[in-house]
Amino acid sequence: MAELQYTYEPQKTSETILYVENLKVYFPLRRSIMDVLRGRPRLNVKAVDGVSFDVRKGEVLALAGESGCGKTTTGKSILRLTPITSGVIGYLPSKKLIEELNSIPGVNKLTQDGHVDLNSIPEKFFKPFRAEIQMIWQDPFGSLNPRRTIYEILEEPLDIHNVGSTREERYDLIAKMLEAVKLTPPEDFMYRYPHMLSGGQRQRIVIARALILNPTLVVADEPVSMLDVSIRAEILQLMMDLKKKLGLTYVFITHDLALARYIANRIAIMYLGKIVELGDARRVIETPFHPYTKALVEAIPEPDPERRHVIKELPIKGEVPSPVNVPSGCRFHPRCVVLDQRPELAELCTKKEPPLVEVERGRYVACWLYAKPK
Amino acid sequence: MSEKLLEVRGLKTYFYTLKGVVKAVDGVDFELNKGESLGIAGESGCGKSTLAFSIIRLVPAPGRIVDGQISFMGKNVLDLSEEDFRRNVRWKGISMIFQGAMNALNPVYTIGDQISEIMIIHRNYTKKEALEEAKKLLEMVGIDPRRVKSYPHELSGGMKQRVVIAMALALRPPLVIADEPTTALDVVVQAQIMNLLKKLKNELGISIILISHDLSLIAEIADKVAIMYGGKIAELGLSEHIYLNPKHPYTQGLLGSIPRLKGEIRDLTWIPGVPPDLSNPPPGCRFAPRCKYASEKCNREPPVIEIERGHYVACWLYA
Repeated sequence: MAELQYTYEPQKTSETILYVENLKVYFPLRRSIMDVLRGRPRLNVKAVDGVSFDVRKGEVLALAGESGCGKTTTGKSILRLTPITSGVIGYLPSKKLIEELNSIPGVNKLTQDGHVDLNSIPEKFFKPFRAEIQMIWQDPFGSLNPRRTIYEILEEPLDIHNVGSTREERYDLIAKMLEAVKLTPPEDFMYRYPHMLSGGQRQRIVIARALILNPTLVVADEPVSMLDVSIRAEILQLMMDLKKKLGLTYVFITHDLALARYIANRIAIMYLGKIVELGDARRVIETPFHPYTKALVEAIPEPDPERRHVIKELPIKGEVPSPVNVPSGCRFHPRCVVLDQRPELAELCTKKEPPLVEVERGRYVACWLYAKPK
Repeated sequence: MSEKLLEVRGLKTYFYTLKGVVKAVDGVDFELNKGESLGIAGESGCGKSTLAFSIIRLVPAPGRIVDGQISFMGKNVLDLSEEDFRRNVRWKGISMIFQGAMNALNPVYTIGDQISEIMIIHRNYTKKEALEEAKKLLEMVGIDPRRVKSYPHELSGGMKQRVVIAMALALRPPLVIADEPTTALDVVVQAQIMNLLKKLKNELGISIILISHDLSLIAEIADKVAIMYGGKIAELGLSEHIYLNPKHPYTQGLLGSIPRLKGEIRDLTWIPGVPPDLSNPPPGCRFAPRCKYASEKCNREPPVIEIERGHYVACWLYA
């Protein structure tokens, strides 16, 4: 049996469709002219501050955490929708795309299995990647153009990527896609406008639009959080059915841990731009190790009438600090209640950033309670 | 010991829009005892917020309360004149924590000013007295009283929510209506706010009506739960009745669709279809078009059955 890893390293095998290594995304803050003259340093919002993970073919990886933890920024940088500061996003393209890539100069293959660094591809050659990596957006009310019919919305990706040579061919593709997301009969929906559909139906259109180009990897950013609870399960079931049918891989961004437990294979819990815990979704949520994950799980309400009789104090203090001035050492230490009980750790926690150590096979935690300093 | 605080009978609030009459609240009955808390749950558009606005008589135009009775401490408040209601009932008797409360604060006044305004208007306090009282209120909701001089933008979302709660409690009303008090807040902050509401309920003995789409959140505080669907109450009972022994197919559907944190992972269920258009609701039981048990009978208005003591269901299955 191999030894447990001291610091997490993403897997880079032929089964790894995507890996992210030490990703940093900083957004610079504006400096006033006086700040420049006084020579004040440029400040950054450290939205993502050193994140590594891998996504295996056919799995659902959940990125979870509170708002502002960097989960959406991480998702967007996979699609190159936001410029990254540093780090590597290695993607394993389809065979067809690999052949195409061989003719492009300056593309560096990262691994022997053919991962390429998405950020090394010049913009003009990036288009075929956009067909393979797609996004499902959160807000079905904001992400569909109100002036276009459903047909036009679904035709646009085909148009851009030159899929289907004739009108009839495209019509068939669109009709099939609408059937796949269970909007039947498709003719009834094609010529409607988004406002004529319910929230759930609109989200099906958003899913159809993401899947119509036959992607391999789909980043879903809170795909059901805007929907009523009673129909969420229906959309999730649809997403899971399509995943099986089309052989998709999902990166599922969510703040809802209970939901992640149902659909994700693995989960990465993020706090202030870093992954604090990574592992099998059920195990992480049912027996969390990191003090932050513990607090997060405690905080989730459950439909249990007994809960009204007790007031359970949360094992967390204070509020999320600003991502501009990230606390030194472990970025969770100012809010950590375990640190209060274990003052001997203070030196370590306040000064040194904890590594993401493997504590059980496949289970990683970034906390000095579980790691020995090297 | 159970003293009746609020009694709503046959309440109907309609919106007279250009496209027709929207029956947002269409015949709602419930009662609430002193110190008790009630959760009102339902999907978006089921009329739960309109019900809240009706109780505090703030239904926005073109909406109107067209029928029914709202008795608060034994008086029908719908008979009062607007001025009388404003002076004596709204905020003194019934106050409200508004939805999206974080944006309910005025950005150009300090929070101290905004809290004291209530006392200056309703209690004729001087500005100085009112500020002192505002400090006490802030302390009560867990904010450093020195923060009275802060502007809303200087506070985090959770703190703004606490300020709005402090404002609702300013006149120590016996009943507070909280309309989705934690939307847009993260789970950790949400749990802290719920803990605060629970503490205030226990310490001050106030009644709370919590309105939310989230049945899990309602379980945190509610003694009684009303499930609303299409402007009517589908099921009403003690928390134990609703969560452990749900009878209405809609309640069962809602509970089946909530992912749980613990226990075995069973397939989540969902309710097919969409909520009814309240300007043209289906005849009879409004849930019938989405109900898997629907039969001929459901074309007629379902009777309200008391299935066990204090547990009411509006469904033909039990008639």
